[in-house]
Amino acid sequence: MSDAGRRGFLGTAAAALAGVALAPGIRLIDLAGARAPDEPASGKVRWGMLIDSSKCATGCTDCVSACATENGLQDTGRPKTDAQWIRKIDLKDLRSGRQHSAPVMCQHCANPPCVDVCPTGASFKRADGIVLVDRHTCIGCRYCVMACPYKARSFVHENLSAQKPEVPRGKGCVEGCTLCVHRVDKGGTPACVEACTSAGHGAMVFGDLNDPASPIAKRLKELPNRQLRADLRLDPGVRYSGV
Amino acid sequence: MAAVVHRELAAEAWRFYGPVLAIGALVAAGFAAFVYMETNGHFVTGMDNQIVWGLPHVFAVFLIVAASGALNVASVASVFGRTQYKPLAPLSALVSLALLAGGLAILAADLGRPDRLVVAMTHFNLTSIFALNMFLYSGFFAIVGVYLWFMMERRMHRYTGTAGIAAFVWRIILTTGTGSIFGFLVGREAYDSALLGPTFVVYSLAYGTAAFLVVLDLASRWDARAFDPETIAKLGRLLAVLVAAALYMTAVFHLTKLYMARSRDVEAFLLVQGGIYPLLFWLGQIAIGGVLPLVLLYSPRTGTTRGGVLAAAVLVVLGGLAQMYVTIIGAQAWPQPIFPGWQESSSFFDGEIHSYAPSLPEVFLALGGVALAAALIAVALKALRFLPESCTDSSSQQHTSPQARPR
Repeated sequence: MSDAGRRGFLGTAAAALAGVALAPGIRLIDLAGARAPDEPASGKVRWGMLIDSSKCATGCTDCVSACATENGLQDTGRPKTDAQWIRKIDLKDLRSGRQHSAPVMCQHCANPPCVDVCPTGASFKRADGIVLVDRHTCIGCRYCVMACPYKARSFVHENLSAQKPEVPRGKGCVEGCTLCVHRVDKGGTPACVEACTSAGHGAMVFGDLNDPASPIAKRLKELPNRQLRADLRLDPGVRYSGV
Repeated sequence: MAAVVHRELAAEAWRFYGPVLAIGALVAAGFAAFVYMETNGHFVTGMDNQIVWGLPHVFAVFLIVAASGALNVASVASVFGRTQYKPLAPLSALVSLALLAGGLAILAADLGRPDRLVVAMTHFNLTSIFALNMFLYSGFFAIVGVYLWFMMERRMHRYTGTAGIAAFVWRIILTTGTGSIFGFLVGREAYDSALLGPTFVVYSLAYGTAAFLVVLDLASRWDARAFDPETIAKLGRLLAVLVAAALYMTAVFHLTKLYMARSRDVEAFLLVQGGIYPLLFWLGQIAIGGVLPLVLLYSPRTGTTRGGVLAAAVLVVLGGLAQMYVTIIGAQAWPQPIFPGWQESSSFFDGEIHSYAPSLPEVFLALGGVALAAALIAVALKALRFLPESCTDSSSQQHTSPQARPR
């Protein structure tokens, strides 16, 4: 084989090899809706959740435990100051005695009061609707905790250790449900939804509210559902059915 | 006609440094509380994820609101042309600046990340009332600082009126901003009212005038300056009108809340069933901070005496602190309705009345802010000529002449 032929062969082989090596990754990103690390969140997507309280078992806290494990939330034995990103609220209609249970977390509002009031802009909303706290610019004033109608924000009251690298947390900052953004960005679902599905309840559905073909959009079309504190017109990304 | 002479505090060493040492000790205690809270985290305080703003915020907001009103006497002199108050105008501006500094120091010291104060100064989210207030507070320091300079520098006297008007307008906006911190919180039933802005403006007029009267009285006792009974009686009458206006705003605010079905439960909690909060409202804010001062100020026996006016001013300050406690902590003690109409319960204390007991570090941090304001006033009085040599009737009269302006 001539030198030129050998060079050509090597070049083609290298390109083919690179293609074979990268293709599954590219295909995976494509399939799962994941985005590359340097790609900004897309405004075409609106991540959201549907919670069907008729399927949410009273006493089951799998979603809460999964959140704590995933995000490294620890029980210090001081419940009044411990952070809670998601909790189960038990509901009772005093007139009829009817009971319900539903998880409540950050509702990822389209018009989030926490973002409006944050003096430094640390509270922010991504283009895809996920509301987050920038841990580098949060000064710990707790104005967002005052402003959130869903009691979804927690202030870190003490020193933390052994945080998870993908979930930055620290004393003196405010935090809340991130919709497991580190998983969603890789094409995954939030830990709470995964745990609820694994337990066989299927009370939580996660997906793109903007995509009419997504399972969540289809369920929202079928099931009567509501927004919490719809009177405030915050347009939350989390919807509730059965309550 | 001789000009009114302003002189530094002339108390002998022990008479000056005794109180200053006590004030300094309180500032140091406040600083120690700040270090303790920041080292350990806020779990060592009475605040938690239910009551996120506690006693430090009660004192901080009170001081900030009173700061705006403490400028009343200067405004009355410069903006409304009551020349008999001109000798007191520099002190009025000084008290105003000191109270604002004390209040802001508490707020900064209570931050979860006070080390990031520079972030707050460089990153602004202009939809945030807090961010807007940072401009309003720094602007207030600048405007009142210039106003004070014009008052104390003879060559600049002719601009005093203009600066006084600017300061007057600015402080009305500033206090509207402070009230709006709470007014725009739609998720909390005790707030969610645009009335809180103007209500805080009226409160500030009463609290600030009262705080000024207390400082004036203490400062002139410090080196035993003569005191004009007529000026005190007039300031007392001004205070009475402002206290009555504050009561009126309180009545309008709560009556509008009571009229709306959605806020009746929280009003019942704050005004009747809520334990400490109705007690602080009726006994503290209304009786001690409103009715009793009015009785003292309008009574022929006490209304014109120095003791009577001072007592009324002290009561207005105490009532103001009670009001802030109810407004800030009472509102958070009431649970937020996430599913209105349903009884809620959870591991995160949903549906429950939240309890709060201030811890010692919070008490020291709060008092440290007050002490910082007092320290700034004391040092300024000693170093600069803020106090008129005597607040006598004759000296007041002299101020009607153009030459008789404060130095």
